[in-house]
Parts: sequence; structure tokens; C-alpha cells
Amino acid sequence: MNILVCISNVPDTTTKIRFKDNNTRFNDEGVQWIINPWDELALTRALELKEQTGKIDSITVLNVGEKVSDATLRKALAVGADKAIRIDAFPKDAFSVASEMAEYIKNESFDIILTGIESSDYNNSAVGSMLAELLGLPSVSSISSLNLEDDTVKLTREIEGGQETLTIPTPFVGIVQKGIAIEPRIPAMRGIMMARKKPLEVKNPVNTEPLVEYTSFELPPEKGECKIYDPENVEALIDDLDKEAKIL
Amino acid sequence: MNFEFTEEQKMIQQAARDFAQRELITDVIERDEKSEYPTSHVKKLAVLGFLGMLVSSDYDGGGMDTVSYVLAMEEISKVDSSVSVIMSVNNSLVCFGIEAYGTEEQKEKWLKPLASGEKIGAFLLSEPDAGSDASSQKTKAEDKGDYYLLNGTKNWITNGNTASTYIVIAQTHPEKKHKGINAFLVDRNSEGISVAPHENKMGMRSSDTHSVTFTDVKVPKENRLGEDGFGFKFAMKTLDGGRIGIASQALGIASGAFERSVQYAKERKAFGTEIANHQAIAFKLSDMKVKIENARNLCLKAAWLKDQGQPYAVASAMAKQYAADIAMDVTTEAVQIHGGYGYVKEYHVERLMREAKLTQIYEGTSEVQKMVISRDLLK
Repeated sequence: MNILVCISNVPDTTTKIRFKDNNTRFNDEGVQWIINPWDELALTRALELKEQTGKIDSITVLNVGEKVSDATLRKALAVGADKAIRIDAFPKDAFSVASEMAEYIKNESFDIILTGIESSDYNNSAVGSMLAELLGLPSVSSISSLNLEDDTVKLTREIEGGQETLTIPTPFVGIVQKGIAIEPRIPAMRGIMMARKKPLEVKNPVNTEPLVEYTSFELPPEKGECKIYDPENVEALIDDLDKEAKIL
Repeated sequence: MNFEFTEEQKMIQQAARDFAQRELITDVIERDEKSEYPTSHVKKLAVLGFLGMLVSSDYDGGGMDTVSYVLAMEEISKVDSSVSVIMSVNNSLVCFGIEAYGTEEQKEKWLKPLASGEKIGAFLLSEPDAGSDASSQKTKAEDKGDYYLLNGTKNWITNGNTASTYIVIAQTHPEKKHKGINAFLVDRNSEGISVAPHENKMGMRSSDTHSVTFTDVKVPKENRLGEDGFGFKFAMKTLDGGRIGIASQALGIASGAFERSVQYAKERKAFGTEIANHQAIAFKLSDMKVKIENARNLCLKAAWLKDQGQPYAVASAMAKQYAADIAMDVTTEAVQIHGGYGYVKEYHVERLMREAKLTQIYEGTSEVQKMVISRDLLK
């Protein structure tokens, strides 16, 4: 069984967000890049399955991105992925990313294709579903657990008020969320050393045109002052909500 | 000249940062208070390969360069120097000494389990009456033909109780003074070894520091490191590398305190604005930043020289003396910036200040480093 984990290269979650070119582009100067946290959990689960079941032959990680993604892919190899593929294109929007990925995947043989439920930069939650549609594969979203039982894949997904458990034939696209794995791996020295020899292939893009054009970004308004009220004086709170905040 | 780290060096730095910020931070204050050895963290250090990261992969080490080691030591020391000193002693003093000067048999038997982290090592040089003056060894290793007989007491031994392997420095030929000293690989479970209770230290309280006494301990002849009489030179050469580890530790203590100070100064308000907006605080932060940058450059220069196979003894002495001294300055200012909060344990900086003090003392005091530097420049 072969697993593909789709990886987005995103700014560290503590990055101070700034824009450039008249607020039309993200300013990536000095940014520390990381694996999208949801994708990292997907990769962690794939590694656990490989170690625990003995049924996984290989784990490949796939990214659409420019050279800046290589460090992120190399980390994925250091924690245990067997092979990395980078499609050499700037990720313009979800559709272009999913299309580039689909072009690569359709000529390969993967049983389980995993994506994070969203990426922590644009938070579109779109690539996974688009990818399944472009590949003509079934997909399940919001997966919080994934297990291999005999010859079937058993999934749990979070639904309103509870959980849903289902089995699914392979191949499929699994869109995972928190809970799929607990703690992302820290690369060990041995893994870092072995990653030197693992393949990181760079492929040419098919240059799919994006469907979305970003015209302008703006930062959310700064948080206002925090006001603390005496619990014995609820009237003051109500009074301010009414007269000052005007929300009553 | 290139100041850019490689992709791999950055990955190691990030791995150490993740380990420290996710795991060590969770119980560092509690362990410090209770003087509790970080057992589970040391196991994880072994799994991640940090305990033998400098050793060649031929001997089950990580095969990483010294620049990566500086980066990893800094990140771990930002949070917990009790853990980073375990890593430093095992890497720089114990593994390095065996890899550089041991026989192939010694490397197979002793180095491999130390490099993989299966076992922990300790370096036994200091004595009750021989600290900075390391040539005045009173511990004796009498040559009895087939074996050496070890008698004496060693002080301030990091990993003293948890180590399985000791490297012991002892005098075999007193008449030859420092040229009669030898270094030995000693199994901690050998008959005649007694370990005194844990020292109740000011800082780095979670590391395992003991006195160790040897009473008629038989050490096989094949456990001697190097030629007869090589022990003092062995110790000095090994300490040159060890100083890069402790310099990086001091650097980490300083930068850990600095990062907390910047964050605090941006949040804490006084006189109607964040204290970072007061020039008295902003200038303190500026001074701290410059000192840390200088210390980092000295550490990396010493590491780079070692990686290039060039002499690094003076460079590592400069890095150790400067980084330790500025760690004391920076952590003291960090407590000052935090005010009353800096004086209580939950804000970490008082602990970092206590840890900084030790970096001016162990593996050669700041004064000993100045002796090394001045002797070199005046020769």
C-alpha cells in the first residue's frame, strides 16, 4: 500500500503578517517556513501506520511550490517519508494547486491520498475536495482517525453532535483534521542524515491558470483595550455594552 | 565569508527548538525546585540522537558538524541547562575523547553505546583540591602490571550517578608531574566505586552532580586512553571542545532570558505605555542583543574552526569566557526588566540567572579562559 501526503509550505504560525505591492501580496521577507500543521498531522499518521501495521510500502510527500519549499520537504523526509516531489510552481490558488497535484497523481499509484483540512496561511479548505474531484476519487473530510483493518480502511469523522465511523475502499482522498495524530514528529539526527540520500524530485508544472485573483489583503483591526469589571458590579458591564459598545 | 546556515543546520536548530519548547518547558521549573533528574527527557534526547550528535555514524553517532551542535545547544539551553549540560558532557567530553584518542576496540566497546545514548558518560577530572589547577591530580592509578589500581576522590561530576561510563583522570607517575597523568575508561559498576549524595546546587539543579570515590578499583590495562602519560594532554584537548559546548550553553541561557525580556517589555505597561517604549528598557534590550550576537559569533567561529580541522583552543576559550560573562550580565538585566516578576520562579529568568553563574565556573572558570587567551597572545 502506498500513501501520498500533500504538503503545503506555510509561514510559521507565529509570523508577523505583512503585505507588499500595495497590499496585493504577502511579504515573505525573513519568514520561517514550516509544514502546514494539518498536513504534518497527516504525515505523522502515515508514519505511524507504516511503523505499526507493516502494510505500508512507501510514503511520498507532494508539494506545489518554489525552491523555498525544499527545506520543508527535506524535513518530511527526515521524519520518515520515503520520497518527496515538488512541482515547481508558485501556489497561486487552491484550484491551480489541486490541478498540478492531480496531473502528477494520475500517473502514479497511491492507495491513500491525504491532505490537511486546511492550510494555516489562506485557510481555504479547498484543495482536498478539488483534488478528489479532479481525480474522480471518493473523498472523506474531517477525518479524526484512520486505521487499517484487514483489507479495509476505517475512518472516523467529526460530525455535528458526535462522530461517524465508516469504511472506504482505496484509492481515496482523506482530508484530515486534528485528532488524526497527537504530536508531530521531531526529526532525529539519524533521520536528518538519512534524508540526505532520499530522493527529492522537482517536476515541471503544467501551469494551470488560477480561478482566483487576489486583489487586496488587509490586516484585522488591532485588538481594543481589555476592560475588567468587578463581578459585583454587573450593572456597569451592561451599561457599557448598551451605551459604549451599542450591542444591546 | 558566508553567514548562512545550511538547510540541515537549520533543521537541527528547529528540531532542538521544538524539543525544548514543546517538552522541556513543561516541567523545567518543577524539576529545578525538586532537583529531579530529567529521566524521560534524557531518553528522548537519545532517541533524537542529540547525545552523540557529533560522533561519526560509523560509531552510531549523528555525524553532525560542530556548528549544528552550537545551534542545538543554544536552543536547548534557552529552556533548560540541566538537560543541555548532560548533552554537552556526553558529546564534547566523553564521546569526543574516545573518538579522538581511543583505540578501535575502545570505540567499539565504549563509544558506540554512548553515541547512541544507550549509555551516559561522565568526565572525572576535578578533585577537592584540584579544580582550575588540573595538573595537581591526587587520585592515583598505580600500575600493577595487568591492571591499574585506582584510589582517590573526584568532585563536581556531572552525570556522576547516572553515567555508566566514566573517563577518569588520575596520576600514575607523580614524579613526572602532569606528564605522569593518565586517562582511563572505567565501568561505573566496578567494585570499589562509591557515589556521594547529589550536590544541592544553586542552579542547574536538575542535573546529576556528585562526588565519586575510588577505593582500590581495578582498571584493566586496555582501558587506558592513549600512551602512558597522555592523560593531562588528553584532558586539556578534550576540554577545548567542551568549552564550545558550555559557551553555547551560556549563549542559550542569555538568548532565552533575552527573548523572554523582549516579550515582557512589549506587554508590561508602566506610566501609560509598554515598558519597551521607555528608553531605559529599550537600551537595556539593545545592549543585551549586541552582547548575544557577539557571543554567538564567537561560538560559531570556534565551531567552524573545529569543523575545518584548524586549531580552536583559543577561539573556544574566548567563546566560553565571553559567552559565560555576558550570560551573567544579560540574565541579571532580564531579572531587572521583569522587576518583581523576575524574582519569582514562574517567569523563568531568575532560574536562567542562577544557571548563568555556573557557566563562569565549570569546564574552566572565566579566569582560566583568560589565562589560556593571554598566554597565547603573549607567547
